[in-house]
Amino acid sequence: MWKFRDVISILDFTRDDLEHLFSVTDRIIERPLDIGKPLDGKIVATAFIEPSTRTRLSFETAAKRLGAEVINLEPHLSSMAKGESLTDTMRMLDDYANLIVIRSPYEGSAKHAADVCENPVINGGDGTQHHPTQAMIDLYTIRRLKGRIDGLEVGVVGDLKYGRAAASFIYGLTKFNVKKIWLVSPEPLSPRPELMDRLKRMNVEIVKTENLESAVENVDILYVTRIQKERFPDPAEYEKLRGSYVITRKLLSRAREDLKVLHPLPRVDELSNDVDDTPHQAYFIQAKLGVPVRMALIGLVLGVF
Amino acid sequence: MNDQETLRVSKIKNGTVIDHIPAGRALAVLRLLGITGSEGHVVTVTMNVRSGKLGKKDLVKVEDLELMTDQVNKLTLIAPTATINIIRNYEVVEKRSVKLPDRIVGILRCTNPGCITRQPMEHVSSKFVVVSKSPLRLECEYCGRYLEEEEVLKQLTQ
Repeated sequence: MWKFRDVISILDFTRDDLEHLFSVTDRIIERPLDIGKPLDGKIVATAFIEPSTRTRLSFETAAKRLGAEVINLEPHLSSMAKGESLTDTMRMLDDYANLIVIRSPYEGSAKHAADVCENPVINGGDGTQHHPTQAMIDLYTIRRLKGRIDGLEVGVVGDLKYGRAAASFIYGLTKFNVKKIWLVSPEPLSPRPELMDRLKRMNVEIVKTENLESAVENVDILYVTRIQKERFPDPAEYEKLRGSYVITRKLLSRAREDLKVLHPLPRVDELSNDVDDTPHQAYFIQAKLGVPVRMALIGLVLGVF
Repeated sequence: MNDQETLRVSKIKNGTVIDHIPAGRALAVLRLLGITGSEGHVVTVTMNVRSGKLGKKDLVKVEDLELMTDQVNKLTLIAPTATINIIRNYEVVEKRSVKLPDRIVGILRCTNPGCITRQPMEHVSSKFVVVSKSPLRLECEYCGRYLEEEEVLKQLTQ
């Protein structure tokens, strides 16, 4: 099911695949001492051609916790700075490591890397398109906090056009039987037609709205995303749209008591710090769960779980 | 057919006749087939002739060359109505209609400038899967972006 698979898009995985990942993650969290160092002697390479904090460091932590060595490509210090292609760089890393985690600003680069490499490739985010491992963490977080994903109403707020975490999360939700998905964004940042088409084909109940308040009042999960400044072709357009939605403690006073707020982080100004010490806050838990989920993922792909 | 029209569409001894091309697209058909004229075949292009089916149509004849199925299938992108006649010794020995392939490799360009196939350093051929035949809609295998019929025509005819 998982062994030696590339992880390019959440759409490539079935619900059973994800449930298996989640049960391995449960085991890692509940019995960490039983896990040992099953990747002793293996090497994991990270090639992050775009900035990252949580994704790169949690992959590195996860690999090290499993006993693997980690090598990091530093694009600005490598031959990529001299103009070496991503393709050639991937070929080289494929000879050095047992598994490669790639992040790139170009859509489709993880798929291309997987075509070029014999060893498994994990997509750590490619442009505006996919961020499958973030979606796995998001879904696992919901399952852990709510005990289920089925039957929930989920709101996704912010940049649904350029945000890869939002797109992958929405695709991930379609693997489960959620009750309803609320898509909340200003019109210029509404989801791309490809995503909407897929949702239509999947027969999921969707509410597309610009009205944040009505979503907040109804949902069990509120997934907040940053407006992706770096993806806007026109900076003036970004300035117009930044701050369109801000989640505050006051706004959440209208929400269900057990509403949980998720955010893939980093946040800028769309999620107020005054939410941090409310029972709604789940984004720091989500970030923390990044390590065990990625441990489970690396272990499954390398065939030790 | 009158004498003037017979002259225009006179028979060839051996080769391929591509008939029922939508009017004005014969040159695009040649471009899509990679026929430049430098191959040495006699190529006859007839444009805007009367057609019962299409009103007006174009016609292309390539002598001493039998086009392969894979080559002609690409024509569905710009000439879905085209029919292919393989000629041997002045007789039509095979009639083929074009069939849209499931996957289009390397002919079209993804419209997303951030797509890996648009990065000149990487030399990645474009690959599209057919999502819908009518109207034509293709999806980039790399970035997932749609390529609509209008854009396909624009890329192949301009």
